[in-house]
Amino acid sequence: MTQPAAKSDYQGRIHNLQKDMIGRYYSRLTAAAENKSEKAIYMLVSGNPVELIEAFDMIPVYPEVNALQLAVKKQSLPLILAAEEMGYSTDNCAYVKADVGMYFAGRKTPFATIPEPDLILCNYVGCNVYLQWFEHLREYSNAPIYNLDVPFFRSNSGEPFADDVQYVVKQLEEVIEVLERMSGKKLDYKKLQRIVALSGETGALWSEIKKLAQNRPSPFDAYFDSVMMMAPLYCLRGTEDGLWFFQEAYKEMKKRADSQEGPLPEEKFRVVMEGPPPWPYLRQFRDMFSRWGAVAVASTYSTVGGIWEFGFRHDPNRPLESIARHMLQWNLTNTNFLERYRQIKEYVSAWKADALVIHSVKSCRLFSAGQGDMREYFTKELNIPTLLIESDIEDPRYFSEAQLRNRVDAFFESLEHQRMMVHK
Amino acid sequence: MATTPVQGISQLDSVFASCREIAQDMDFSTAKQWLKENPQKKAIGCFPVYCPVELIHASGMLPLGIIGGGNEIEVTYADSRFQSFVCSIVKSTLELGLTNRLSFLEGMVFHSICDPARNLSSVFQRNFPGLFVEYVHFPQNFASPLGRQYLAKEYQRLLNGLQQRSGHAPTADDLNRSIDLYNRIRASLREIYRIRTDSPHLISAAESFVLTRAGTLMAPENFLKMLQGVLSELPGRPTRPKDRIRVVLEGSFCELPPLGLIETLEQAGCYILDDDFLRGWRWFTEDVPLQEDPLAALAESYSERAYYSGTKHDTRERKAEHLIRLAREKKADAVVIQAAKFCEPALFDYALYRKALEDAKIPHLQLEFEEKTWSFDRARSEAETFVESLLFD
Repeated sequence: MTQPAAKSDYQGRIHNLQKDMIGRYYSRLTAAAENKSEKAIYMLVSGNPVELIEAFDMIPVYPEVNALQLAVKKQSLPLILAAEEMGYSTDNCAYVKADVGMYFAGRKTPFATIPEPDLILCNYVGCNVYLQWFEHLREYSNAPIYNLDVPFFRSNSGEPFADDVQYVVKQLEEVIEVLERMSGKKLDYKKLQRIVALSGETGALWSEIKKLAQNRPSPFDAYFDSVMMMAPLYCLRGTEDGLWFFQEAYKEMKKRADSQEGPLPEEKFRVVMEGPPPWPYLRQFRDMFSRWGAVAVASTYSTVGGIWEFGFRHDPNRPLESIARHMLQWNLTNTNFLERYRQIKEYVSAWKADALVIHSVKSCRLFSAGQGDMREYFTKELNIPTLLIESDIEDPRYFSEAQLRNRVDAFFESLEHQRMMVHK
Repeated sequence: MATTPVQGISQLDSVFASCREIAQDMDFSTAKQWLKENPQKKAIGCFPVYCPVELIHASGMLPLGIIGGGNEIEVTYADSRFQSFVCSIVKSTLELGLTNRLSFLEGMVFHSICDPARNLSSVFQRNFPGLFVEYVHFPQNFASPLGRQYLAKEYQRLLNGLQQRSGHAPTADDLNRSIDLYNRIRASLREIYRIRTDSPHLISAAESFVLTRAGTLMAPENFLKMLQGVLSELPGRPTRPKDRIRVVLEGSFCELPPLGLIETLEQAGCYILDDDFLRGWRWFTEDVPLQEDPLAALAESYSERAYYSGTKHDTRERKAEHLIRLAREKKADAVVIQAAKFCEPALFDYALYRKALEDAKIPHLQLEFEEKTWSFDRARSEAETFVESLLFD
């Protein structure tokens, strides 16, 4: 049974606010590229110490965000192909390939000119491709590099090992020394505390917004609309602007929740989404779910840059330690696969989901390798209907629309059928 | 085939033949036999690349190289757990577990080498609840001494877990004895590699490969004796040099290439003077020092006395420098880059190697392999064409 197409774009006020803010961020990047107005620090989005960068009035550059923007704007394929010409494999992460292609195409994109790095700060948080990626950028740019090594979260006690916390804090102190040398000024500790406090408040609001999705209907789609809120979380965390965005977002979402307004005319299925989105075909992908009245009430992708909904807050009284804990434990990429099972399980129960949808992307094996075992666990051990589908986060060649649509349709048809049988 | 060679040759040949059997035996009979004879001992599997085996040995257990299923097993169950775009070794190692071939192990140690290996460690934990599964974080900050200091603590943590399983808490002397034993093994392997460079006709890369692999599947004391025997026999081996090109090979440091592929390269006319097969079991460029704090010595050596590895991100040197240096030191005519299919670390390295080799005017051949491959016709024709282009240039 095919459902009528439903409108599936979030068009609230914060959508425009986000566009303005990210537009300003990209103008700053272009200015940094063109007239060296600010020092550009390359970092990865997962658990990172952007608070230190803000404390030195430098600008963070996120190759992942740039790569995804290229995919959304349908610019990624020629850049990926250019990288493959250089010797990158079809099996290498396409984020990296698009970024390398863009680097050698003069760092010019439809949204900004990306500055050369003044420092490559590789916050190695779980993803081994991060190390490769930044190593390659370092080879190409000759910029200085610091590998900020974050031990993988592998303790079963719910707390990272004390040695791990200490190791990361000591490295953060070394990063501060590097930034002091680059800027010629000492760290203003009070300023850092203020910035860390802003991150704490931002995280708290983000967490409250996510909890609003426990309402029926959920006031927003916690996958497709969350990605809109992720850009400010990464690019503007630790700034007054970033905090203001989340204050506005919370107000808007709260109002929608109070008036029982959802992203679709009718919320028929509540799903948890696991895995990154197919950026080159985000709209088409979203429509596959909207036509079934399926709304994501929680998603793991929205926790790549931090997990706040289980209580973590940056703490201005212990700025370095709380940055370290964010990097060690409170982001998706540095936690182990079984922690992710627990996280999803918690979403399914506390957010009252009907099903789990796993979008497996070839580029990101950190996310995807082993998702068949995840499906096994959720279907066989927990009896939660689970759909596993494959495409890619960046490379449009791996998106097979008809095939995906068939899988999605078959899945929701069967869910609908099961419901009818229960209600008979 | 059958001639009546002098005593020394037949001994060497029979050693290599038995190594070949051990290397391809996915029932791990040699290790199991040893465990039967030493009933107080338990075995710990080590996933690639590098594992601090001394910690396992000093705890009174047997470290074994659990490095995929080669082309000896059919992957039936693991395919549904790991997708088609994940490398073979991850799936075949899980398959070994799911088909009960690893039930004789007390535990498995995984390392922070790549994303699929990382998730495999979790999948092992969930699927084999009784198994001791440990995940070792190798530091990636080599520019600061903090990384090395941290690793010594990580080793202590691993040791604590191991001794709970073995019931034996090793002293510094125990650890140093194990380091000394493995130092001797690694020194012997370095000697074999030296012979391969100086007199490549004396021992083929395929022979050295099965020898090293067999060594990961038996008691190290026995392996050392075997190595000493081989080293004493090799110089007198009456084999003649052939007209071949001299190459160094890189990119096969984790998943094991099929033996047939190595033989194919050699038959196509390559002397493989150096390679990174089983890199983790030959990790150090020199002996690990025996000192008061053995864990610090091992940690320090991981960072300061180790060969290049694509899974170790040492920013103190450009990525391709070691390879250019190696090719020149060995007076190699060419480099073979042989990466496992879907192996991101090796495939990423290739992008940088290619440019560096071209700049250095060193010819190279790029091959991709999977452990489960049986047919090497394509590799043979590529290698033959490559060799001819160099021989008749």
